[in-house]
Amino acid sequence: MSALLSVTDAHVAYGKVEAVRSVSLEVGANQIVTIVGANGAGKTTLLSAIMGILPLKGRVSFAGQDLARLDIEDRVAMGLGLVPEHRELFVTMNVEDNLELGAFRIEKSKAKRSIEQVYTLFPRLKERRKQLAGTLSGGEQQMLAMGRALMGAPKLLMLDEPSLGLAPIIVADIFRIVTELRASGVSVLLVEQNAQAALKIADRAYVMELGEFVLSGKASDIAANEQVAASYLGFQHEGASVL
Amino acid sequence: MNTTIMLFLLQDGITNGAIYALLGLALVLVFAVTRVILIPQGEFVTYGALTYASLAAGQMPGTAKLALAMGIAAFVFDLFVARQALHARLIVRAFLANIVLPAIVLAVTLYFAGQKPPVAICIVLSLVIVAMIGLYLYRIAFQPLAHTSVLVLLIASVGVHLALQGLGLLFFGAEGQRGPAVLSTSFAAGALRFTGQSIAVYGITIAFIVGLWLFFGLTLYGKALRATAVNRLGARLAGIRTSLSGLIAFLLASVIGALSGILIVPITTLYYDSGFLIGLKGFVAAIIGGLVSYPLTAVAALFVGIVEAFSSFYASNYKEVIVFMLLIPVLLLRSLAAPAVEEEKD
Repeated sequence: MSALLSVTDAHVAYGKVEAVRSVSLEVGANQIVTIVGANGAGKTTLLSAIMGILPLKGRVSFAGQDLARLDIEDRVAMGLGLVPEHRELFVTMNVEDNLELGAFRIEKSKAKRSIEQVYTLFPRLKERRKQLAGTLSGGEQQMLAMGRALMGAPKLLMLDEPSLGLAPIIVADIFRIVTELRASGVSVLLVEQNAQAALKIADRAYVMELGEFVLSGKASDIAANEQVAASYLGFQHEGASVL
Repeated sequence: MNTTIMLFLLQDGITNGAIYALLGLALVLVFAVTRVILIPQGEFVTYGALTYASLAAGQMPGTAKLALAMGIAAFVFDLFVARQALHARLIVRAFLANIVLPAIVLAVTLYFAGQKPPVAICIVLSLVIVAMIGLYLYRIAFQPLAHTSVLVLLIASVGVHLALQGLGLLFFGAEGQRGPAVLSTSFAAGALRFTGQSIAVYGITIAFIVGLWLFFGLTLYGKALRATAVNRLGARLAGIRTSLSGLIAFLLASVIGALSGILIVPITTLYYDSGFLIGLKGFVAAIIGGLVSYPLTAVAALFVGIVEAFSSFYASNYKEVIVFMLLIPVLLLRSLAAPAVEEEKD
């Protein structure tokens, strides 16, 4: 089976400093793949480059097509979605407008259907649909950012630190929804510092250190790896209650 | 001063203020969406006004030819950008929008130019010509720089202003022109006399503001424009092209500029370089609105108009000085109230 997203020998640099070096990864259809690693390992940089926000040296193909010359907007239209760490919502617009704009490239009749689907996934957003995005709580903003990305009917959704700064109960909710997405046919590339929770739901995992992948494999194998456990799962007892 | 004079000045101030409001709104819109401080807004005003006046006087305006020339340049730009993946559909679309459209407008203008067409046709033709110039201007001068800093965009904006002003001199000459009134009726209310033209100014300004409000509040494209202004990266991640938003913003700005010109030129004689000063007054209003607030800009524009009317009565030599001095306390207050802002990075 050919991969939905395949990245080969990717390098991303900020000026002369290489933040991502020689990284290759694959995400298949109906898969959750996670990249775990410490703060500053280059995870966010890699996602931004796959989306086309940062220039990338190497090869990225999505659904069999080379992305090299495509803008962010073209990648969105192809079914690649990113929920960035800072969410980048339209804070002075209400929830419904944010969602509606997520379907900017989609036909209107389809948009109506998928706004209902987003409300089913996130009932909280329906309650707050006339509220300005900037006045939502952190968890609701994360839900809105995910909802907006889903409105574009992505085949692959990339989530950058969706659990950052959120209460454990909301984190559990978001991770539950990520697994629901996989069930509904959306692949997910998940970047998380909360390695414990991410490895539990993921099919495959990559461990990133100082801009390189040092380990990859089945998520359950990675979770069982002693070295990984020591470096990233050290807070097992506190993290265990999350899911 | 008696009440009659005061009422006259107020009326005059509100009429001018309404036009500054339109211009100020366009400046805020363009800045919010593209980060361009649109100094050539004044040229949209003069081009609109003088194209209208020329057509009404039975002359051929050079702006129609300029639109075609800029369209050809825009077409070349489009082809160059798409050179690695030239689809027939893309070429045809670019050809229609950039060359066929201005060529048709040029032909229509040539047809009407010699025969002093009715006011309505002059208005529509002038608006269409200036709108095309605005669109192609964005494509040629600003879209390739879209990722640069506000300062670079400002320098480009000054350059475009100088170039368009020079072309204005070439097209319309150094003589001032006046156009026919849009509405030629008038009526009196007490001591005040309302001309059809001032009614048209109020009516069109209000209609345009309501129209913009509906456009931004209800339509998907209007919301996309607001979204681009609020968060450029967020908009791109939602699949909204910033170049599309930029084009719509410039289209609206050029139509608003041309419309303002058409509304002013029956009241005052306009020269090829008059637009700059008029645009600057809209800019004063936009600055008072912090380049973000539409309602504040509209109110500030009325205030600017009224201050101008009163200062031209009391100290006509200093009327421009007084109007622009309004900026000093506003900027002082804003610099004290606002935290230091870093230039954005995107």
